[in-house]
Amino acid sequence: MSDNEPLLSVRDMEKHFPVTKGLFKKQVGAVKAVDGISFDVFKGETLGLVGESGCGKSTTGRLVTRLLEPTGGKVVFEGEDITHMSQGRLRPLRRDMQMIFQDPYSSLNPRHTVGAIVGAPFRIQGIKTEQGTKKAVQEILELVGLSPEHYNRYPHEFSGGQRQRIGIARTLALKPKLIIADEPVSALDVSIQAQVVNLLEDLQNELDLTYVVIAHDLSVVRHISDRVAVMYLGKIVEVADRKSLYSVPMHPYTNALLSAVPVPDPKARKERERIRLTGDVPSPLNPPPACRFHTRCWKAQEICRKVEPPLAELATGHQVACHFPENAPDQTPAPAATAG
Amino acid sequence: MNFLDVKDLKIHFPTDDGLVRSVDGLSFGLERGKTLGIVGESGSGKSVTSLGILGLHKGGRARLSGEIWLDGEELIGASSEHVRRLRGKKMAMIFQDPLSSMHPFYTVGHQIIEAYRIHNDVSKQVARKHAIDMLGRVGIPEPARRVDSYPHEFSGGMRQRAMIAMALSCDPELLIADEPTTALDVTVQAQILDLMRDLQREFNSALIIITHDLGVVAELSDDILVMYGGKCVEYGTTEDIFYRPEHPYTWGLLGSMPRLDREPTERLLPIKGSPPSLINVPPGCAFHPRCPYAERTKGKADTEVPALAETEGGHLVRCHLDRAERQSLWENEIKPVLETQ
Repeated sequence: MSDNEPLLSVRDMEKHFPVTKGLFKKQVGAVKAVDGISFDVFKGETLGLVGESGCGKSTTGRLVTRLLEPTGGKVVFEGEDITHMSQGRLRPLRRDMQMIFQDPYSSLNPRHTVGAIVGAPFRIQGIKTEQGTKKAVQEILELVGLSPEHYNRYPHEFSGGQRQRIGIARTLALKPKLIIADEPVSALDVSIQAQVVNLLEDLQNELDLTYVVIAHDLSVVRHISDRVAVMYLGKIVEVADRKSLYSVPMHPYTNALLSAVPVPDPKARKERERIRLTGDVPSPLNPPPACRFHTRCWKAQEICRKVEPPLAELATGHQVACHFPENAPDQTPAPAATAG
Repeated sequence: MNFLDVKDLKIHFPTDDGLVRSVDGLSFGLERGKTLGIVGESGSGKSVTSLGILGLHKGGRARLSGEIWLDGEELIGASSEHVRRLRGKKMAMIFQDPLSSMHPFYTVGHQIIEAYRIHNDVSKQVARKHAIDMLGRVGIPEPARRVDSYPHEFSGGMRQRAMIAMALSCDPELLIADEPTTALDVTVQAQILDLMRDLQREFNSALIIITHDLGVVAELSDDILVMYGGKCVEYGTTEDIFYRPEHPYTWGLLGSMPRLDREPTERLLPIKGSPPSLINVPPGCAFHPRCPYAERTKGKADTEVPALAETEGGHLVRCHLDRAERQSLWENEIKPVLETQ
């Protein structure tokens, strides 16, 4: 991981979707999908974003790529503030920032050939390549493990795993710097998942890519990420490098998430003590006040219902938003950052 | 005789493109109080099997053959009317997506009451009390109020609980759960798995759990059946499958998944290629185009279908390699790589 300037820097980013009612669309509330999150992504690293459904991880991906416009905060890409940049000025930047989508069935136009799909970025950006677009597209197809002969075929002729490779080829067409992958493998079969995960890693090494991987599968995220951020109801509750997050998780929610993952080892089911969370994730329309996890947290006390815990650095590179963190050097309530 | 015995079950679908052999000669047995996990990728025939047992292919285009014995009764030859009476009462199913498998126009309570009254001659009031009782048992808060809610008013986890309540309302002795937690978040998945385990103990029912997630089967199953291309390729106790697997496909599945309980590896070990189309199942061993050891079978891989042979203690493997070779491959090549994970 490099310590230089972050490639992508997000500060207090917010996205509130208005909830309207009646003829005049009077706003009666807001879904706080993302409610003030900050993080940095450094060149060459992979940041994993995990959380349960409705935690705002996909919205975060869409805000960063400006497929949605943030209602607050700031998104800085390569030192340039793109939070409210116009579509026209944004277009050249799209070359450097691309997205891989979850569903390889709905994210490819069924009426376009593979050549047209993967070649579209060249056309849109008006880029001429030395030996023509076709040659360039065929090279990319080979890079992602497809054959150049697939150029004239249609998406329906391919299996799920191959379609995801087409999606990845399109993403890579213009050699982007940052790739946001939203659940890149969750629609694929187990054996194919592993192929795509390996492909993403190979491409990262070869092309020096930076990834933000959004996923709900904690084991996939651990495998692929350098650093991991855990989200809950529109907030980041914990960020750390992979090793510390998975071996000494500090936020109770992270602990609960990790202990809930079924482990493919029949002996483990007898030995493991599972943290049972009760209930479901509350609605982001009316998130609980102060610490949003207090309704499901077994450590919650009065302060958790009144004061929102800040995201504080409790160990080097390990930030946690909790009044009573686990595995922390200091077990007393830690409202302020203690280590740096 | 087991409570459930499936013998040489074949479910084929004639289509314009050819015959789809979704299930091609599947046999297994299951006793009361036991859990069987059926594992496979999409298109391996695992869901078609479960619908076949429940008799839900009757009247459709499917061609069924073989035998399904449930508590001493044969089901494939039985009349649709008879199987319909058994369904719900004696056997029930939990589907993957509770939002699309519950009727959106009727309240959750209405749907449970309906199912209960079809099989039990009771008044509406008694059935309603039973529905409230069932919703309470599966952990829905304020069941007396929630019984009048519509499916869309429930969250995903609650809906799956309501689905389980509906399936269990007539105390079925055989319960089939098809990807019961795939649509759920991990923390909710853990709750539902705990619930299913507790309820199974309480009702002493036979449970078949169908999933692609090896973690889920490791948590719940006594026995595991691994399916590939419509056939069983390996069958054994949960310990057999996880600690002494003998089929290269099972090895591939184990190597494909990143695991939280081990140190992370540099690389995953995927299976090359993709699952076969059931119209054109590869000749010989269906797995041979993806099998790294296919050339060691002395040319049999693509000509002969390997038999499902017992190795020891009920552990069945469908593979051309001889046992000594499989064991040495597992001990010397596969296991060491997986263990270092």
